[in-house]
Amino acid sequence: MDKNVDISLTVNGEKITKRVEARTNLVDFLRYDVGLTGSHVGCEHGVCGACTIRVDGRIVRGCLMAAAQADGADVWTIEGVTETGEIRALQDAFVERNALQCGFCTPGMLLTIAELMERKPDASRDEIREYISGNYCRCTGYQAIVDAVEMTRGTMGRMGASAGKTGASVGRKGASA
Amino acid sequence: MNDIIAKDTGRWILDRPNSYIGRSVPRPNAPRLAEGKGTFVDDIELKRMVHAAFVRSPYAHAQINGIDTTAAKAMPGVVAVVTPQEMAEICTPWVGVLTHLEGLKSAPQYPLPLDAARWQGEAIVAVVANSRAEAEDAAALVEIDWEVLPVVVDAEKALDTDTPVIHESLGDNLAWRRNADFGDVDAAYADADHVIEDTFIFGRHTGVCLETRGLVADYESSEDQLTVWHNNQCPHMIQNILATHFGLEEHRVRVITRDVGGSFGIKVHTFPDEVTAVGLSIMLKRPVKYIADRLESFTSDIHARDHRVKGKIAIKADGTITAFEIDDLTGVGPYSMYPRTSAIEANQVVNMIGGPYLFENYRAEANVVYQNKAMMCQYRAVGHPIKCAVTEGLVDQAARKVGMDPVAFRQKNFHADDSYPKKSAQGMPFENLSHEECMTKMLAAMDYEALKADRAAKRDQGIYRGIGFASFIEVTNPSAMFYGVGGARISAQDGATLRLDAKGNVFVSTGATEQGQGMEAVISQVAATAVGVKPERLKIITGDTEHTPYGGGTWGSRAAGIGGEAVAQAGRQLRIQILAAAAAMLQEDADTLDIREGVVVDDDTGNERIGLDEIGRICYYRPDTLPDGFQAELVATKHYVPRKFPFAFTNGAQASYLEVDTDTGFIKLLNHWCVEDCGTVINPLLVDEQIRGGVVQGLGGALWEECLYDDQGQMLNANMADYLVPMAAELPDIVCGHATSPTSDSDLGAKGAGEAGTCGAPAAVMNALNDALSPFEAKLTGMPFTPKKVLTALGKI
Repeated sequence: MDKNVDISLTVNGEKITKRVEARTNLVDFLRYDVGLTGSHVGCEHGVCGACTIRVDGRIVRGCLMAAAQADGADVWTIEGVTETGEIRALQDAFVERNALQCGFCTPGMLLTIAELMERKPDASRDEIREYISGNYCRCTGYQAIVDAVEMTRGTMGRMGASAGKTGASVGRKGASA
Repeated sequence: MNDIIAKDTGRWILDRPNSYIGRSVPRPNAPRLAEGKGTFVDDIELKRMVHAAFVRSPYAHAQINGIDTTAAKAMPGVVAVVTPQEMAEICTPWVGVLTHLEGLKSAPQYPLPLDAARWQGEAIVAVVANSRAEAEDAAALVEIDWEVLPVVVDAEKALDTDTPVIHESLGDNLAWRRNADFGDVDAAYADADHVIEDTFIFGRHTGVCLETRGLVADYESSEDQLTVWHNNQCPHMIQNILATHFGLEEHRVRVITRDVGGSFGIKVHTFPDEVTAVGLSIMLKRPVKYIADRLESFTSDIHARDHRVKGKIAIKADGTITAFEIDDLTGVGPYSMYPRTSAIEANQVVNMIGGPYLFENYRAEANVVYQNKAMMCQYRAVGHPIKCAVTEGLVDQAARKVGMDPVAFRQKNFHADDSYPKKSAQGMPFENLSHEECMTKMLAAMDYEALKADRAAKRDQGIYRGIGFASFIEVTNPSAMFYGVGGARISAQDGATLRLDAKGNVFVSTGATEQGQGMEAVISQVAATAVGVKPERLKIITGDTEHTPYGGGTWGSRAAGIGGEAVAQAGRQLRIQILAAAAAMLQEDADTLDIREGVVVDDDTGNERIGLDEIGRICYYRPDTLPDGFQAELVATKHYVPRKFPFAFTNGAQASYLEVDTDTGFIKLLNHWCVEDCGTVINPLLVDEQIRGGVVQGLGGALWEECLYDDQGQMLNANMADYLVPMAAELPDIVCGHATSPTSDSDLGAKGAGEAGTCGAPAAVMNALNDALSPFEAKLTGMPFTPKKVLTALGKI
């Protein structure tokens, strides 16, 4: 039996066709086959959130989804949303507020927060804490992250739309439904 | 983000014009990390690179009677399957002892054990394949003929005569015993109005760095050159260890540390699986990557704490403390970790009990014992959460006994802020501490009176809230007295080299390393200030044994205080050398010139004379135009190590306000405060975030985190779903404040700040919890304080 699968998908707006082992998970595919190492692997069992990526407009754990399941999907990683400028204000706030220390959780954390700001731009501190409570950060104690989100509150959804790049707007539509 | 700018301090580095010290300067490496463009070790790919996985012991203690690798070697993609004997042919074993910990004994530890597995998860056989998945497939087919042996799990029974001995050559399971006796404890007891005793338990927990341990090793046989990209805190220490045990010269071993995804003391040790992975590269003469997965991390990263401390405090009726006594027992796994040893934590506990308080009589015994669990060693705030919780737990019980407010009791017994320098009851030298000031500032920040009123009002409604305090001392800026005197090749000193380029920019290379704490920002602030340039003119180089001066890296809250001071001294030296060149060009006396924002100016008026870019151009391209006999020197190196004090003790106070649900046992943290004194604050933003992150790590150990083992030494919760780490939703905001008592050991005056939060948080929570439960006569002293333990203490289950 063939252990390999042919997949075609869009990653950060770019069409990719690859042959992958059926058991390869999506984050390993992105890291090692596509070369996008910004998505990190922390636990490989869906708890820590370091591998959080956006698939068809919703955030998912890249370690809990097989690459084969992403056939035909629209995938966005930290590299893509950085390039479009969609989360620039949030990234600047993270740097200014020192909401990252080692930076290993940061890409996943940012994608989670981007979804929160799309769904609830006026989230309270408690709501922010609740939304990111599936993303483990050992360094900061989370307070600086909550502060950084508050600093950019209400600006993110607009920024994503105004970036106007093809992929970014596709990525957002699913989330706003 | 309050800037703390010192003026007229009498310290040249703080009084420099355009100083960056005390400002919340952003980290130069943060934007890259925020864009996902860091280079963590698993991001590194080399040509012909292969991947290592390990066959690990399923038993806590079992003899290896045979290993059959035939089936594994036949698997597709497999490059090599390596047994313990094969690895021992190229790598010598190590023994984790230090001579100044007299009597400490441990057995030789091989990269892969030759005779027996001594903890569940110990790496036994290495498998190398073209992918990690293929290596794991093959590892499953390695057959090991095991003979299961009796286990030693409970530290309390490790020294019993009928308990099996883990290493026959050692004779027993005692790693180290220390007895300390100061003053006359028995006389103090006889003279006391009250002697209070209790037993405190500290569960095993571990670092859970989000990035697991890992490396890429590349041995090039034509040059006998080993290059290791490693997420370690101490590149020079690892360079020495790899050279020593693989029989290489140190200049043939290069250790490179790029971005590190959290370390906290976990990534500062010699892990057998990592040494093995390096050996595989030497054997195969090609690059080998090994990245621990999360299960491997839980069962083979070092664990921490695991102490049982019986404590006593003697007091007079007026609340005066007259004596402390402890009996500490700690289980450290089957070997003492190399090269820092697994006895340091107990030693720290013995040295620092009662630290904030004036008393003269002290007695301690510490027993460090071997057991068949994962190895235990230094983790953030080594020993500190233990000595702090024992001290502060006893202090709270003593205050209650004599009917004093816990704050008033502490204030009565503190070493007075104007009483330094002095020594503690154990003979620890205190240069300058500020317990009174920290407590005063914290009480104001938390509005203690209002909190007490809220607590009382809520109790009337059947809501149980508690306020808990913890004062503490902390060891930072360790000198060679910490490890070096015991024979470990761990550098206490650090070096810095600053080099002016031809365009007026400055390269700064330092032996201190970045783990996310913000070292690069701190180094850039100090260098910019010392030389007289803007931070954006700097390029910071860390984490490479081939391109940085020899240094200790990051441990013991040393990077800013020691690494930063070396940069300050080297920066001043480079400024002097640049000004000598400028004076030669301008035909001026160098003493009348200074460098400000990258321009040489007249010191008295600030008039601009010549830019550093022009100095670089002339010195490098037109040295012929300089006066005869003048040679410009535009590189400066300085080294620094503390010499006046063996450690820079810091201090602080923390408080917790929490609510206990007496029906479910759940604890809700409402607020947390920390006021600490790390001397000169170089970057207030980064210091506060070190405190907050540290507090949360302490809260983890107090409330959630524990490595659970069954009676056969099997770890029961080696995954992130069952081992609970602090997540955002259950944490409060944390209020930070500072007192400032700079050390006179350095010009910068900075002490460490990275571990204070972890030191005091568990004690503050324990005291708040017991305050909340005081109406019920319930008391908890065994961490983590789980709902089950709370309900048990309340008699509800």
